[in-house]
Amino acid sequence: MNDIFAIRTERASRHHQLGSSTIRALDEVSVTVPRGEFASLLGPSGSGKSTLLNLLAGLDRPTSGAIEVLGKDLAKMTSEELAVYRRLTVGMVFQSFNLISSMTVAENVELPLRFAETPREGRAARVKEALDRVELSHRAGHRPSELSGGEQQRASIARALINQPSLLLADEPTGNLDSRTGTEIMTVLDRLNREMGMTILMVTHERAIAEKWSQRMIFMADGQFVSEARTEKLA
Amino acid sequence: MKTGDLLELAGRNLRESILRNSLTTAGISIGVASLVAMLSLGTGLQELANRRVGQSGLFDTVYVTSMKDGRGGNQDDEADQPKTKEAATAKLLDDSARQQVAQLPAVISVDPEVRFMGDIRSSDAPAAPATSDTAAAPGESASHATFVAALPASSRRDEAFESMKGHFFSSANANEAIVSKNFAKDLDEKTPESIIGKTVTVQFASRETLPGNTSGGFSVVRKNQTVTIVGMIDSEPFGGMRRISSAGIFVPTAIAEQWNVLQTSDFRGVATDADAQKIYPALLVQVTSAGKVPEVQEAIKKLGFRTFSILDATKGMRRFFGILDLFLGIFGSLALIVASLAIINTLVMAVLERRREIGIMKAIGASDSDVKKLFFTEAGAMGLVGGIFGVLLGLGIGGLINFGTNLYLTQHHESPEAVWASPWWLLASSIAFSIIVSLIAGLYPAARAAKLDPVQALRYE
Repeated sequence: MNDIFAIRTERASRHHQLGSSTIRALDEVSVTVPRGEFASLLGPSGSGKSTLLNLLAGLDRPTSGAIEVLGKDLAKMTSEELAVYRRLTVGMVFQSFNLISSMTVAENVELPLRFAETPREGRAARVKEALDRVELSHRAGHRPSELSGGEQQRASIARALINQPSLLLADEPTGNLDSRTGTEIMTVLDRLNREMGMTILMVTHERAIAEKWSQRMIFMADGQFVSEARTEKLA
Repeated sequence: MKTGDLLELAGRNLRESILRNSLTTAGISIGVASLVAMLSLGTGLQELANRRVGQSGLFDTVYVTSMKDGRGGNQDDEADQPKTKEAATAKLLDDSARQQVAQLPAVISVDPEVRFMGDIRSSDAPAAPATSDTAAAPGESASHATFVAALPASSRRDEAFESMKGHFFSSANANEAIVSKNFAKDLDEKTPESIIGKTVTVQFASRETLPGNTSGGFSVVRKNQTVTIVGMIDSEPFGGMRRISSAGIFVPTAIAEQWNVLQTSDFRGVATDADAQKIYPALLVQVTSAGKVPEVQEAIKKLGFRTFSILDATKGMRRFFGILDLFLGIFGSLALIVASLAIINTLVMAVLERRREIGIMKAIGASDSDVKKLFFTEAGAMGLVGGIFGVLLGLGIGGLINFGTNLYLTQHHESPEAVWASPWWLLASSIAFSIIVSLIAGLYPAARAAKLDPVQALRYE
């Protein structure tokens, strides 16, 4: 495995059986994303973007092919190893934020630290640091329902950052936000990429956002890789 | 995930659906209360029976007879012990045997069984001359023939003396007597209680060693002794289960021994023994505790005597209470098992409702076992809280039952009794059982939650 790649898939497929027919959600996709790059995954609905993201997040397993992240073949990992991978190596940001409504912002951000068995003493400081990074410390004690969409997404980013992962996967992070708030979120992601050197793979429908914020665009359709292009930002 | 975090998250989740979880926990509490109620009742009844028999002084006493004597042994005992050839050469219960038994470990006292026929007269009536016939002369107070029995000091604990009129012997050597109510009626039909405080004369056959005699022979002489009646009992001592239970008048054993009363065993001594030793028909051996009885029985058997204790006879009673407890426990557990179905229902509902939350937790690093442990902890917490409240509820029910029973007993002029007993081990076991049942009930929902596909769960709205 070449160490310059954070992500490398080799003819990765994800098929689902629906009665007698086979749904090819992802069909022999081979893509690479170098370390430290901000890449976008573009394509229409049903093109396989989210399926690929789920495979890279260790939430799903490929039917065939290889999914390698930072040199680790996710297809060969046990369920417990995948949980550790999700806990420490990768951070996830969702379109619908996916915060636990019964917990405050700080508690939501702290949750991955609980699964990582981080000692209690250092947790509060790390939560504050993550919230500071997304400029949300003042909302730490609030519940998600008391926050705006942009604030919820920033809380979601803070939670994804808390265990300092090397890879951040964002599934349409601006999909539920207005354009001004979307820009704020993209600014946060851009800063994480530039300041922390974090590899980011973002799924989006909007080419304009991808062109503006990412360095590489990967196009997919019907579960297959179509093409890729470098943006002006990379140049 | 660490235990502290697990408990914290489980507590938070339980508080989120407080009404539903409280109702489920209340179901567990009722189940545990039912279990505690049933088992406490069984334990209470067993303790009551033990206490009643224990108060009879029978549990911590061994009855000893000579192998020559056929009395006293139960069938098992008799099967165990030699009867024929051995009986012919068996040792007699003399003073030396009494001392040997008294020196055994765990033996508190050894008293002879003394019961004889006597003539009782009121002290205001003249006693017959020692050598004359006992029949009352015309115009004299009539004598009343009855059995006289000797009671050791330890009989004071017997329940027959709990509700007696008057009091027990003031000392082991007091010239005092206690009469049975039936005999008191013979003495004074209208006001039998009035006999208490009066002095009576006991006339009996006494054994008197012949001067210079070494062959064991003795003469029989009539003797009169006066005793003051200090009490009257309504029921027979030792539950009517001993030979000495059945008598009209009771005197302290030490006094009866001083009187040197003639007993049938004395004739056996003459027939078999060269010495002029006193031969006892039976010895009552009081042991430090009921638990020591088998050990003492074994030691006495080794000395060559026949033994009998009530423990032999109560094996059946203990088996009965064992079976009763088992059935009460099964019926009590049924409610808890029904409550466990409520736990399954509550947790399965929670898995469905928190499907997305489970997906989120898995996406941010929770393993299948973390999710499983979380649901297990929630089930266990409901079991613990339900168990504690159930035990408190059970104790409350027990208190009410004891109160009601005692109210009833008091109204019927009976002494209060605790029919309900909840020892600490029963309460602790009930809580532990509640937790175990809850954890078993949590198995299926926890496994279902752990197996949730995070991709599907995150799509769930």
